[in-house]
Amino acid sequence: MSEVTCREAINQALQEEFERDPNVFLLGEDVALYEGSFKVTRGLLARFGDRRVIDTPIAEAGIVGLACGAAMTGLRPVAELMTVNFGVVAFDQIFNHVAKARYMFGGKVAVPMVIRAPGGGGNQLGAQHSHSLEPMFLHCPGLRVVVPSVPADAKGLLKSAIRSDDPVMFLEHEGLYGTKGEVPDGEHLVPLGKADIKREGKDVTLIAVSKMVYVCLDAAKTLEKEGISAEVLDLRSLNPLDRDSLFTSVSKTRRAVTVEESWLTGGWGGEIAALLMENLFDDLDAPVLRVGGADVPMPYNRNLEIAAIPNPDAVVGKVLDMFG
Amino acid sequence: MTTQQDKSKIPPEQLKRMYRDMVRIREFEEACPKLYSEGKMGGFLHLYSGQEAVGVGTAHALRSTDYMVAAYREHGLILAKGAHPNEIMAELYGKATGCSRGKGGSMHMFDAELRFMGGYGIVGGHLPIAVGIGYSIIYRELDEVVVCLFGDGATNQGVFHEAMNMAALYRVPVVFVCENNGYGIGTSVERASAVQQLYKKSCAYETHGMKVDGMDVLAVYSGVREAVERARHGGGPTYIEAITYRFRGHSISDPGTYRSEQEKKIWRDRDPIPKLGNFLVETGLVSADALKKIDTEEQELIRQAIAFAEESPDPAPEELWTDVYADDPAAAGQEIS
Ligand SMILES: Cc1ncc(C[n+]2csc(CCOP(=O)(O)OP(=O)(O)O)c2C)c(N)n1
Ligand SMILES: [Mg+2]
Repeated sequence: MSEVTCREAINQALQEEFERDPNVFLLGEDVALYEGSFKVTRGLLARFGDRRVIDTPIAEAGIVGLACGAAMTGLRPVAELMTVNFGVVAFDQIFNHVAKARYMFGGKVAVPMVIRAPGGGGNQLGAQHSHSLEPMFLHCPGLRVVVPSVPADAKGLLKSAIRSDDPVMFLEHEGLYGTKGEVPDGEHLVPLGKADIKREGKDVTLIAVSKMVYVCLDAAKTLEKEGISAEVLDLRSLNPLDRDSLFTSVSKTRRAVTVEESWLTGGWGGEIAALLMENLFDDLDAPVLRVGGADVPMPYNRNLEIAAIPNPDAVVGKVLDMFG
Repeated sequence: MTTQQDKSKIPPEQLKRMYRDMVRIREFEEACPKLYSEGKMGGFLHLYSGQEAVGVGTAHALRSTDYMVAAYREHGLILAKGAHPNEIMAELYGKATGCSRGKGGSMHMFDAELRFMGGYGIVGGHLPIAVGIGYSIIYRELDEVVVCLFGDGATNQGVFHEAMNMAALYRVPVVFVCENNGYGIGTSVERASAVQQLYKKSCAYETHGMKVDGMDVLAVYSGVREAVERARHGGGPTYIEAITYRFRGHSISDPGTYRSEQEKKIWRDRDPIPKLGNFLVETGLVSADALKKIDTEEQELIRQAIAFAEESPDPAPEELWTDVYADDPAAAGQEIS
């Protein structure tokens, strides 16, 4: 085990997969010479050269489309979108091309590519730079949606994503790049579609991904003092979704709260709540509740932004409501 | 290119005003890093220092009823269009008195009255919006013009080409001003664009293309004025490339290692402010003392803007929910749940 940041863990995953498979390459804005606007791709250009580590123009649709064509002909591109908010520029490529090619061509082609894109708020970057868009990708069949929280998961999941024969949206959080955690030494793979219990509990399951996992862990500490034992279930990937772990945890605790940074309306929490209702209705002691980002474009003002993003207090409040 | 003769046609009062406007922007921008490091402002901060001649030369070629649309490096542009520094500084502080009422921040300045139709953070995203404003102008049969400013990096986005084509196709009164400062964050134009002379990108759409010295406010002014007059009289869009340089990093957090000290010095030596200042003094249009006075007045104005921002209130907490829809949903009692 060694302690590294998410930034380093992702970098390690890239380096190891580059090393393992000569068909893996990376393209994106400022990923090579500048080493990434979040410095995630540090050292890659120097080590692997500019055939495999490519600085692109600012052209998100072009980046994703290029990766798609390369993937269809046997390469394994990792396309970096500087943030997922700019990824919206490439939605057509992602939704109509990357996600659908396998199906609409009768299963005769694979699109084994990863789109890495950080997102999330908390840095006063305002309305066009701060959102978490997981639900939008979750909505689209054909895409895998992976959302890591801790460094070990970031590393192990990215390596699996690169090896996956499906296109994977790998959604990082800008606010977690500097967050440290233990990462196993040597080859470390985390399969896509396996949730992870980040804290065991027996009274309520807090279901989260990415930065909200940390928010839930904080909330769980406070709830402990209130005599409520909260389990924190990190889904790690929304597609594939680990229904087994989800149902096992919630049938044990009999209560669930989903916690997401994305907009509440149309968020993934609603999807989870519906699944729990459809499958575990008789096991539930209370309706599934949801915590999510405020349904507004992110405000710049510090206080307003803080109020727009779920925090431990909001989670604790929701759980206390549930227990009446 | 502007000749001495052109310069003499510009009234001395206007030349002085150009000088003042550039000094105002520089003083404003150079006050920001310290305030940022003190935590007075957050988020990104893309400073305009070095590029003042482009914004000021452009704004001076416009009527007050003409529109301006910009990207996120726009503090200087909205100031050039006539905004009071108080409202711009207050926006950077996220205060309720800011030009976007504290909700927009550095990248999203707006002033409808000044016809400054926004700063936008998605590279290239605002180009078709300018075309739409131009379309609205001809639709309403007005003789107004819209100027759209963007960086060299934006010319590689698909939407740049869509906007150029539509502007030419519908013959809208748009003047595109590309502020070519040589870099999109850390990637130089040479490494991002197959075409190095960015103004040539107008050829594909048979729009007028023009290259101006973006470190010379008078060159920018005369180029933009020509384009604006053509647009105003039904002559269609022009695409101007202004060659310029940002003196600071891409944003406040940019280590800026991709530009050599030598390169920076070459451009610093071409600073548009002393360039115009020296011209004014040498030609006897303004005395050195009068120039100094302008500098001190502008410094004082920025000090007052900081004081104004400091004293201004934050937006009320309910403001989180307002302005999403036309009918105010705050009344609907939404909450972060
Ligand atoms: C669609 C999109 N992609 C990427 C970014 C990130 N980004 C912000 S500014 C910038 C560089 C833009 O360069 P340029 O257009 O030359 O403008 P400059 O910053 O030099 O004024 C990039 C890549 C963004 N804001 N929007
Ligand atoms: Mg540029």
